[in-house]
Amino acid sequence: MTSEVVAAAPVPVPGRAQRVREIAEELRGLRGALIPILHAVQEEFGYVDQPDVAVIADVLNLAVAEVHGVVTFYKDFRRTAAGRTTVAICQAEACRAVGAVELADHAQRTVGCGFGETTYDGRVSIEEIYCFGNCALGPTVQVAGTLHGRVTPARLDALLGDAR
Amino acid sequence: MTQPGRTPEPAAAAAPSVRVFVPRDSAARSVGADEVAERIAALDGNTAVVRTGSRGMLWLEPLVEVETAHGRVGYGPVAPEDVDGLVAAGMLDGAAVGPHLGPVEELPWMKRQQRLTFQRVGVVDPLSTADYLEHGGIAGLRAALAMTAGDVVETVVDSGLRGRGGAGFPTGIKWRTVLNADADLKFVCCNADEGDSGTYADRMLIEGDPFTLIEGMTIAAYAVGAAEGYVYLRSEYPDAVATLQAAIELARAEGWLGPDILGSGFGFDLHVRVGAGAYICGEETSMLESLEGKRGMVRAKPPIPALEGLFGRPTVVNNVLSLATVPTIVANGAAAYAAYGTGRSLGTSVFQLGGNVARGGIVETAFGITLGELVNDFGGGTSSGRPVRAVQVGGPLGAYLPVEQFDLPMDYEAFAAAGAMVGHGGIVVFDETVDMAAMARFAFEFCAAESCGKCTPCRVGAVRGVETIDRIVAGTDRTQNLVLLEDLCELMTDGSLCAMGGLTPMPVRSAVRHFGEDFHA
Ligand SMILES: Cc1cc2nc3c(=O)[nH]c(=O)nc-3n(C[C@H](O)[C@H](O)[C@H](O)COP(=O)(O)O)c2cc1C
Ligand code: SF4
Ligand code: FES
Repeated sequence: MTSEVVAAAPVPVPGRAQRVREIAEELRGLRGALIPILHAVQEEFGYVDQPDVAVIADVLNLAVAEVHGVVTFYKDFRRTAAGRTTVAICQAEACRAVGAVELADHAQRTVGCGFGETTYDGRVSIEEIYCFGNCALGPTVQVAGTLHGRVTPARLDALLGDAR
Repeated sequence: MTQPGRTPEPAAAAAPSVRVFVPRDSAARSVGADEVAERIAALDGNTAVVRTGSRGMLWLEPLVEVETAHGRVGYGPVAPEDVDGLVAAGMLDGAAVGPHLGPVEELPWMKRQQRLTFQRVGVVDPLSTADYLEHGGIAGLRAALAMTAGDVVETVVDSGLRGRGGAGFPTGIKWRTVLNADADLKFVCCNADEGDSGTYADRMLIEGDPFTLIEGMTIAAYAVGAAEGYVYLRSEYPDAVATLQAAIELARAEGWLGPDILGSGFGFDLHVRVGAGAYICGEETSMLESLEGKRGMVRAKPPIPALEGLFGRPTVVNNVLSLATVPTIVANGAAAYAAYGTGRSLGTSVFQLGGNVARGGIVETAFGITLGELVNDFGGGTSSGRPVRAVQVGGPLGAYLPVEQFDLPMDYEAFAAAGAMVGHGGIVVFDETVDMAAMARFAFEFCAAESCGKCTPCRVGAVRGVETIDRIVAGTDRTQNLVLLEDLCELMTDGSLCAMGGLTPMPVRSAVRHFGEDFHA
């Protein structure tokens, strides 16, 4: 079964617009509510879809263009679903000093996609991050939300294991 | 006595259990601290595991400390699979086995420091209000509430405390401006964006002693008359977000936050806002835009945030360390703090050693210690064992310095005079294999990726900078392109609205000046 290829096509979530509206209405009372709302939507659905933008704009009484501008300004907000496992590799100076660039090359080669991309089978996404605040224990990699320090190429292969 | 699986004698069963301290700091966790803590917790009913922040000796993580009659005895680094053997050999009695370090407070790395801001980090359970009180917490807030707001502000002015976020502006002067501004609503905003690579002290403070930040922000609010506070914390630090949110709840329950703080009648409440992956949102006006729910575009100053900040109201914007240092200043007096340091750089600073360094970690000392003492004495040189070639001080916008400048004292003015900056106190070490043309190129790449896009010298200049360095390295019209590079740096320095574009030339120019041979490959 491990050779099965899983399609990465986004599956429309029924009732998504309704749920996005609920999230936005629940948080609209916060000062500067837009970014907390976008985080909450992404947390639940994995990314911010174009139709979500119109719903959020409606709840906050903002122009769609304004919300769109915010979504596209910040690197955290994804416009499409990520792979099942996300690997974020620090590429900032302290990690570069101990081989982060070589580690990233290795990761891209073995996983088969570049920074900001997802493998064709939807298994893994690779991201480039500037600093996790783990600069004394680099190179630093976050795999599925867990931080790992002193990551060598061999260790990264082990961490990715079945995900890859 | 120390055999695994021993049956405790009745007297031992009634005695208090052995307390073992294992950090829950995310750096310690990144090298296995959770697994170590689980193994110890699974031993027997007689061992209590306390999760603390990190002592900051990161090369020793996971660092396990055992409470003994002679103080806390350290072992590190401890791998999860070592735990059973170490316990069998007597670790829980403080025996000199395995990676035994002796009493942690006596280690030279700890003893040489002056820890004021970081006094509790690594010592206490970060979410224990009892620990906090027992270790001197809330004394600053109590002292402040017994003073007038103006006296609190003057205490901070007299302490000489300067902003730890990079620019080094006097904190008390900023507070005085906010205090004197007339408004129905004022804010205190903590800049916990810590986007500079090589800096992690804000993260460690929040994960290791969050009540100190809460106490500092509450004192700031009292001093300037603010009713609401926001901590802008970057999304790359999920552990810090969780710890701070939990600490705020606990602080509310203790009456350290809320409508009537410690029965004084003064009210202040605090909220966490998570960033969304934009370096520029560490710049204070960009951070305010982001807090308002907008793109993080830098605002022109004036008006300064102290007068027109969040939602147009007078706002204190300070770094985590600036605010977290205030409780100790107010508790012990301005003079006690100002007694540390040198020239106009008073007090202590939290230096952070990272990159290719043998002993990476947190060093809190008085200003005036030299760069060489930090890199060689504390840091022990490189982790690769090769000679140190360059260090970058002050984050991605800071200068690259050669070992010839290791006698520079850590002092804002001395660094500025040398064409460098102390910034947030991050020091990143590189060995002789570093390619400085590649690092200069990366400085432009980073600027191009992170520019807010408002001004042309920064947005376009950074892209042209990458291309120019590529041509220099390829040997294409090298002399003319080096002149062009210098011209571009001058334009970016003079023509940028903020320090993103304005300081990117600093790492670039310092690389060309001190490591020119790398541009002639
Ligand atoms: C591009 C840029 C990034 C910055 N990033 C941070 C940051 O991550 N944290 C911080 O405290 N200050 C940062 N600053 C400095 C802030 O603008 C501001 O000076 C500081 O937060 C004020 O607090 P302080 O006086 O306590 O240092 C940055 C400045 C610039 C220009
Ligand atoms: S210098 Fe760069 S980051 Fe700063 S305001 Fe201009 S474009 Fe934005
Ligand atoms: S530079 Fe990689 S974690 Fe800080």
